[in-house]
Amino acid sequence: MKRILVCVKRVIDFNVRVRVKPDGSGVVTDGVKLSLNPFDEIALEEALRIRERGGAQEVVAVTIGAADCQQQLRTALAMGADRGIHVVHDGGVEPIVAARVFLKLIEKEQPFLVILGKQAIDDDNNQTGQMLAALWQRPQATFASKIELTDTTARVTREVDAGLETLEVDLPAVVTTDLRLNEPRYVKLPDIMKAKKKPLDSLSPADLGVSAGARVKLVKTVPPAQRQKGVMVKDARELVAALRQRGVL
Amino acid sequence: MTARVLVIAEHDGVKLNASTAKCVRCALGIADAEVTIAVLAADGAAVAAQAAQIADVARVLRADRPENAHALAAVLAPQIAQLAGPYTHVFGPSTTFGKDLMPRVAALIDAPQLSDIMAAESATRFRRPTYAGNAIVTVEVDAGTKVVATVRTASFEAAPAGGSASVETATVDVTLPTHTRFVGVSAASSDRPDLQSASRVVSGGRALGSAENFSIIFGLADRLGAAVGASRAAVDAGFAASDLQVGQTGKIIAPELYVAIGISGAIQHLTGIKDARTIVAINKDAEAPIFEVADVGLVGDLFTIVPELEKLLTA
Ligand SMILES: Cc1cc2nc3c(=O)[nH]c(=O)nc-3n(C[C@H](O)[C@H](O)[C@H](O)COP(=O)(O)OP(=O)(O)OC[C@H]3O[C@@H](n4cnc5c(N)ncnc54)[C@H](O)[C@@H]3O)c2cc1C
Repeated sequence: MKRILVCVKRVIDFNVRVRVKPDGSGVVTDGVKLSLNPFDEIALEEALRIRERGGAQEVVAVTIGAADCQQQLRTALAMGADRGIHVVHDGGVEPIVAARVFLKLIEKEQPFLVILGKQAIDDDNNQTGQMLAALWQRPQATFASKIELTDTTARVTREVDAGLETLEVDLPAVVTTDLRLNEPRYVKLPDIMKAKKKPLDSLSPADLGVSAGARVKLVKTVPPAQRQKGVMVKDARELVAALRQRGVL
Repeated sequence: MTARVLVIAEHDGVKLNASTAKCVRCALGIADAEVTIAVLAADGAAVAAQAAQIADVARVLRADRPENAHALAAVLAPQIAQLAGPYTHVFGPSTTFGKDLMPRVAALIDAPQLSDIMAAESATRFRRPTYAGNAIVTVEVDAGTKVVATVRTASFEAAPAGGSASVETATVDVTLPTHTRFVGVSAASSDRPDLQSASRVVSGGRALGSAENFSIIFGLADRLGAAVGASRAAVDAGFAASDLQVGQTGKIIAPELYVAIGISGAIQHLTGIKDARTIVAINKDAEAPIFEVADVGLVGDLFTIVPELEKLLTA
């Protein structure tokens, strides 16, 4: 079966103004809206479109996270994934651990394509896809804004600092998504009902033989330095004068 | 124990990217650090010579292979993994080059990666932004753990020139994959300053309304000798090219002057400009969050203000 694996992560919603806890132990998560990482939604949308064009037969969504992350996995199923795999783990996992978990699932599921977001907007690491490709010893095409598939290759346009780069990679391969790849669909109510009946497996990292041990210790979390409040000017002339006065013009 | 830091040079085959000297500066922040720069290229002579001029660099390793003509992570990573053997740290810039490459290196040598480091407090303790820069974390690894990191270039001045490091040839003896092939790159070639290193940047947002209207941003930028940037909304709408996006998921920049025009100031945008010295905001909505970070703010219609500014700057 031609299968695409999509890795999704639950994160604090991008609209939330994230606040640091006063004791420096992390950020406030109580009562905060949680959502699928926006880049992962784009990854899932792309997989669904490939399947809808006949380029794949099955889309499997995978997440690693606490028991209540099931809700976001159900959202992925409601968007259109055929089944879900929930690797249940409390607390954070380092990107290399996530990559090891995904590699084990790849060995089981044998996808021809794995799509993930280029970064999760909580830790902003931008590592997992690349690490997975390394461990799998397969190509990576990161920051994708366009994917064209043949039976054996993917031609991927990437958003790089210099502009747009195109790579051709042999399949199977790992692709990570950038913002311009697509615009994810909205979930409709009937789809949410249908998603409740879709298969969802739960297992633990240990079931896959992966140790979730961390090597990077969090010492403390602080808010960023605040910028000083500036001045308001009333027209273009004053603006130029203010800049001259500051010595930037 | 001395930290032995291997910095991976970013270059286009001819010219060393300014991000490399910033990585060197970050590495030299570690007490007793000894910094080596690795240049992987098809013919690295010119780039290695430039790298050797960065002050306080101990040596430059030059690894030439025809496969290195384009910076493909799958091709470069196994070579760097081999070179990394004697080093305690491997640093690359947090540009799309480094973001693509370094995690692949980290996985191959089984080292943890720290992304976007803003400061190296010691050989084992680093600071980095999370949550679009809303939470700065200090993280630590055990002594003796090899560290791979990408360096947030906006946090560091380039290390000065004036060095004369020796250039050594490194032979890397690994079979390289052929499963990843470079097809091409379309760069909106321009004579304007480069967004990532420009001292002045003028950015436009959704308010510009069309690619045609966006040209007034280019006009003002030219007057100021500035690079052009854009918000995600302006890029998504096709007003500006994707490589102009400033922010959490675009370019993080630190110019002397940043002018935000018709940009609301979403957190994802602000994290890209926090280190700018002077931020100017022009927005018709006095409540726009961009004014909370602006040093100089002007409430009004950009379509009247920008032409006025251009005139004033020409006169
Ligand atoms: C995962 C993710 C990643 C993201 N990454 C980034 C990123 O890297 N960079 C980024 O920029 N955004 C990013 N965003 C998007 C961000 O959340 C905002 O949506 C975006 O920055 C808004 O762009 P804008 O300010 O141009 O548009 P808007 O928010 O629509 O603001 C337009 C502004 O123009 C003003 N205006 C309108 N007409 C005029 C006029 N005639 N004269 C003057 N002012 C006028 C309005 O008052 C308004 O403030 C990201 C979002 C997500 C979910």
